[in-house]
Amino acid sequence: MATIRNTVPATVGGSLPRIDGPLKVSGAAMYTSDHHFPGMLYAVPVCSTIAKGRIASLDSSVAVEMPGIQAVYHQGNIGPLFRSAPASGLSAYLDERRPPLEDDVIRYYGQYVAVVIAQTFEQAVAAASAVKVVYTEEKPDARTHLDPDGKPSVDSSRGTPDEVFASASIKHDETYGTPVETHNPIELHASVAVWDGQSFTLYETSQGVVNHREVLAQMLGVPQENVRVISRFLGSGFGGKLFPWPHSALAAAASRNLNRPVKLVVSRQMMFQNVGHRPRTQQRVRLSATAEGRLTSLQHDYLNHTSILDDYKENCGEATTYLYGTPNLRVTSGLVRRNIGTPTSMRGPGAVPGLFATESAMDELAIKLKMDPVELRLLNEPEKDEGNDLPFSSRHLSECLTIGARKFGWSQRTPEVGSMKKDGLTLGWGMASCSWIAERVSTEATVDLRNDGTARVSCATQDIGTGTYTILAQIVSEKTGLPLDKIEVVLGDTALPPGPISGGSWATASVIPAVSQAAQNAMQVVLTAATKGKNSPFSGQETDALNFENGQVYLKEKGGETGVAFHDILKQSNINAASGSGKSEGTFGSTAPRKYSTHSFGAQFAEVTWQPEIARLRVNRVVTVIDAGRIMNSRPARNQIEGSVVMGVGMALFEKTTYDPRQGAPINSNLADYIVATHADSPEIDVTFLDYPDLVLNEFGARGIGEIGHAGIASAITSAVYHATGVRVRELPVHIEDLLAHT
Amino acid sequence: MDTFAFIKARDVSHAIQAASQSNTAQQGAEVRFVAGGTTLIDLMKLSVERPSQVIDINHLPLDNVEKLPDGRLKIGALVRNFDLAHHEIVQNEYSVLSQALLAGASAQLRNMATTAGNLLQRTRCVYFRNTAMACNKREPGSGCSAIEGDNRTLAILGTSSNCIATNPSDMNVALTALEATIHVQDKNGQRDIPIDDFFVVPGSTPQRENVLEPGDLITHVTLPPSRHGTKYAYLKLRDRASYEFALASAAVVADVVDNKFNRVRIALGGVGTKPWRSREAEQALEGRTVDQSVFREAAVAALSEARPQSENGFKIELAQRCLAHALTLATETA
Ligand SMILES: Cc1cc2nc3c(=O)[nH]c(=O)nc-3n(C[C@H](O)[C@H](O)[C@H](O)COP(=O)(O)OP(=O)(O)OC[C@H]3O[C@@H](n4cnc5c(N)ncnc54)[C@H](O)[C@@H]3O)c2cc1C
Ligand code: SF4
Repeated sequence: MATIRNTVPATVGGSLPRIDGPLKVSGAAMYTSDHHFPGMLYAVPVCSTIAKGRIASLDSSVAVEMPGIQAVYHQGNIGPLFRSAPASGLSAYLDERRPPLEDDVIRYYGQYVAVVIAQTFEQAVAAASAVKVVYTEEKPDARTHLDPDGKPSVDSSRGTPDEVFASASIKHDETYGTPVETHNPIELHASVAVWDGQSFTLYETSQGVVNHREVLAQMLGVPQENVRVISRFLGSGFGGKLFPWPHSALAAAASRNLNRPVKLVVSRQMMFQNVGHRPRTQQRVRLSATAEGRLTSLQHDYLNHTSILDDYKENCGEATTYLYGTPNLRVTSGLVRRNIGTPTSMRGPGAVPGLFATESAMDELAIKLKMDPVELRLLNEPEKDEGNDLPFSSRHLSECLTIGARKFGWSQRTPEVGSMKKDGLTLGWGMASCSWIAERVSTEATVDLRNDGTARVSCATQDIGTGTYTILAQIVSEKTGLPLDKIEVVLGDTALPPGPISGGSWATASVIPAVSQAAQNAMQVVLTAATKGKNSPFSGQETDALNFENGQVYLKEKGGETGVAFHDILKQSNINAASGSGKSEGTFGSTAPRKYSTHSFGAQFAEVTWQPEIARLRVNRVVTVIDAGRIMNSRPARNQIEGSVVMGVGMALFEKTTYDPRQGAPINSNLADYIVATHADSPEIDVTFLDYPDLVLNEFGARGIGEIGHAGIASAITSAVYHATGVRVRELPVHIEDLLAHT
Repeated sequence: MDTFAFIKARDVSHAIQAASQSNTAQQGAEVRFVAGGTTLIDLMKLSVERPSQVIDINHLPLDNVEKLPDGRLKIGALVRNFDLAHHEIVQNEYSVLSQALLAGASAQLRNMATTAGNLLQRTRCVYFRNTAMACNKREPGSGCSAIEGDNRTLAILGTSSNCIATNPSDMNVALTALEATIHVQDKNGQRDIPIDDFFVVPGSTPQRENVLEPGDLITHVTLPPSRHGTKYAYLKLRDRASYEFALASAAVVADVVDNKFNRVRIALGGVGTKPWRSREAEQALEGRTVDQSVFREAAVAALSEARPQSENGFKIELAQRCLAHALTLATETA
């Protein structure tokens, strides 16, 4: 193969605006629920108003007679909906496996019991409330406190943590809790299903169209090639849209039954019931240390709730095994069933609530040791990943900590509670480490170099608002030398080569090898055309003698002056487009032996202000230093970290889904009562990227930046709250009442 | 489908005549005026309000702010919250009202919301807003879900065993401290109702929130003439920094002479089933020296009758700190 060098200024690593920005700000970007088709009908689900029991009777006789009603589907008349058979890894994956309306048992509040299809949305809403359902009700269990249902399972273990802990003189043993959090992206979940008599086109709010197709094909009982799933733009997902939810099957089944397009938009209230949430976690952390601060043992025993039917595990021990060095460690987990819908991944699943617990415990240990919390972390920096006995591919946590401390001014900190004041306010300073996985999943991509001088790159991954469109254009630009505005990016469609789900912070790392290879192959096709084409100036040359650079083909030995634009070469041979495809394997879930432990790292420093006379707590500033490999595009990357920090303010101080203890209903199921951080709550945020390429993962050395910034932040904030007020909050979120009682 | 007739009132008397066909002007009303619609339309979408007739009053000539010859300030029922908050006279002579309005809702909502609509906004009790739940205010006799349920944000003053819902308005707190008068017109003429008599506590009829009868149109609100040197403050405390209803708020209108409180009016928000005038706090202040210990005494007096629920006991301390600090803010300004 010819050496294809590229000497144009690299777009990878730049600071570029998103190429899809103009579409979004002008309103031209078509989101799922924007789709409209002639004859389209509207579906509105009927939700259970009990959390546990059975449907005794369901009477839709009034509803079906109402104006505009086309059908009311319930158990028995919806037609076949199958369970998606679990496959390995993330193939055909979903969190709520029971198809909607499968039986008459109610297991959580809001479970769909019927769906009304009407000519207008308003008609459907009205008829949905006219469907009369009588339940045999039992007392639901939506309790927050978790007691283990059975024997916990051991996630990881080394040494003899029990004995070491028992005989240790310096130790810490506390339980931490995080509440149910609801993702609440502004864009509601939606499905627009179009059945053409043989196949489905499903417009979905999906962070993973390929998996969505696998699941829906199984649920609907049709071959995969008869299902096409499209998700071009997403009004964010935060993990809530990674996997299909029951409404998607309802819309598709209704479309097939009625032979009409059907739109179903999940309401904000349903978002709290029917499309997952971060589960409640309860985590006991036991630490012991030498007087110098070396960790002698670490035990992390956590529980999370899951639904009655599904086993969703919030992997809180994700980062526990490798973040610090200690010879004795055990992580255990357990599931506790509740009459609540199935939980799902939410930004930084596992590590984010897990690090709240373990990093809070580290802060408390530092206080016991009378040691600076940054020092304690630096002291326990491991040589290797002790959890799986592998070297780290690229770990710079210590540098994150020291740079963060310097930028924050940490050396000015006086450790006594309430000792720091500024402008009449009490200051609190806290910090935490953070970490997140760095993986790749298998990906295919196609690059077409077209005879009008443009390129097209396509892949069935998604841009969930994070900048993936721009990243793909950057990779192609980097490879071919074409400017960004000559590169068309097509994503979010199962008609394209299969790409990664937009989760795990792995989309960027995954697309790099496949897209690079596709671009390389397309350029090779151009070079072949140049040597083979009768009218080509390079006719008869070996491809090895040619270079492709800046969109030009030239003879290596003669240099740039001999350059011919690649599209002229194509035109000369009457070729429309030179097409190359690329394919790369994944690391996530792979059984191939690993040589390295690949993770991202970071340090979070937070300052809160506390005004006891009015019990006012605010997060004033945050310094975040992130070691996430090479940063492909610093603008959207910074944006991801800033967004994560603001979301972390919400996690620490506001967000909590409350279930009515009697009905088991999520009771604050709207954006006025489920409090998220507003702009006024956003601190000043200083983001630094270390930018060390992690070449184990891909040729550019990029890891991922979507979740790491959300890890650790809640613990940095509660540690700062302690420093300001003397109140250690171990149960999130920090409420005014927690602080009032003690100050 | 819940259909309703939508009519545009030709003039004030047409509006009154149309609305007087309703069975009530309270919860369950068949006829409703719509002003900014930010409360009414919201509740109609939730099926909490189900009027069969909606009367649009937006183009009626009730959108003026003017100083009357006797010095009172007349505020039209349809003046938008934004315009009122930024009105020169309000900013200069009744700044507590401006502060309260700007502490409420969001910029977009304030652009739509009107004086009368804000006066009549409904409680944010989550059970009231959810038709699947029992609620005496929405469906008299069905029970109160909040008393043994989620009541962190609800009231501690003026509650009954039937309802503990708060009046969530910020504006109403300032208007109460300013001793506003609500001017209502019906078929028989005009009624002038002091704001403290306008709102009623739930008692055994939580569906009834004020003294309005079918056909009553609020035409305007008046404020007594301002007095030179009156000190004002509105302080609102909540979990997050903006766009949230008050957990506790306090409005202070105080005349101070020789470092002693002369005439003082205090109202609390976020803690009462109506905008809560605190005569106890006023008594504790009038004639006393401007001093932190006096503030604290007044704050304790204001909450002396408070009856906490399972989750909102913290509001007693919070409201006390809120009032004490509002007094600090009011008196430290020149
Ligand atoms: C998300 C959100 C957040 C909010 N946050 C706050 C907050 O922090 N603080 C706060 O104080 N408020 C807040 N509000 C409430 C807001 O202030 C009220 O919705 C608004 O003031 C209502 O005014 P409107 O003109 O839109 O009323 P409408 O919805 O038009 O009317 C409300 C009621 O008043 C009646 N009515 C209107 N005009 C008249 C009249 N002239 N005579 C007789 N009856 C009349 C209507 O029939 C209806 O029953 C918030 C609202 C929302 C939606
Ligand atoms: S407090 Fe009042 S509004 Fe809330 S549920 Fe009880 S009766 Fe209804």
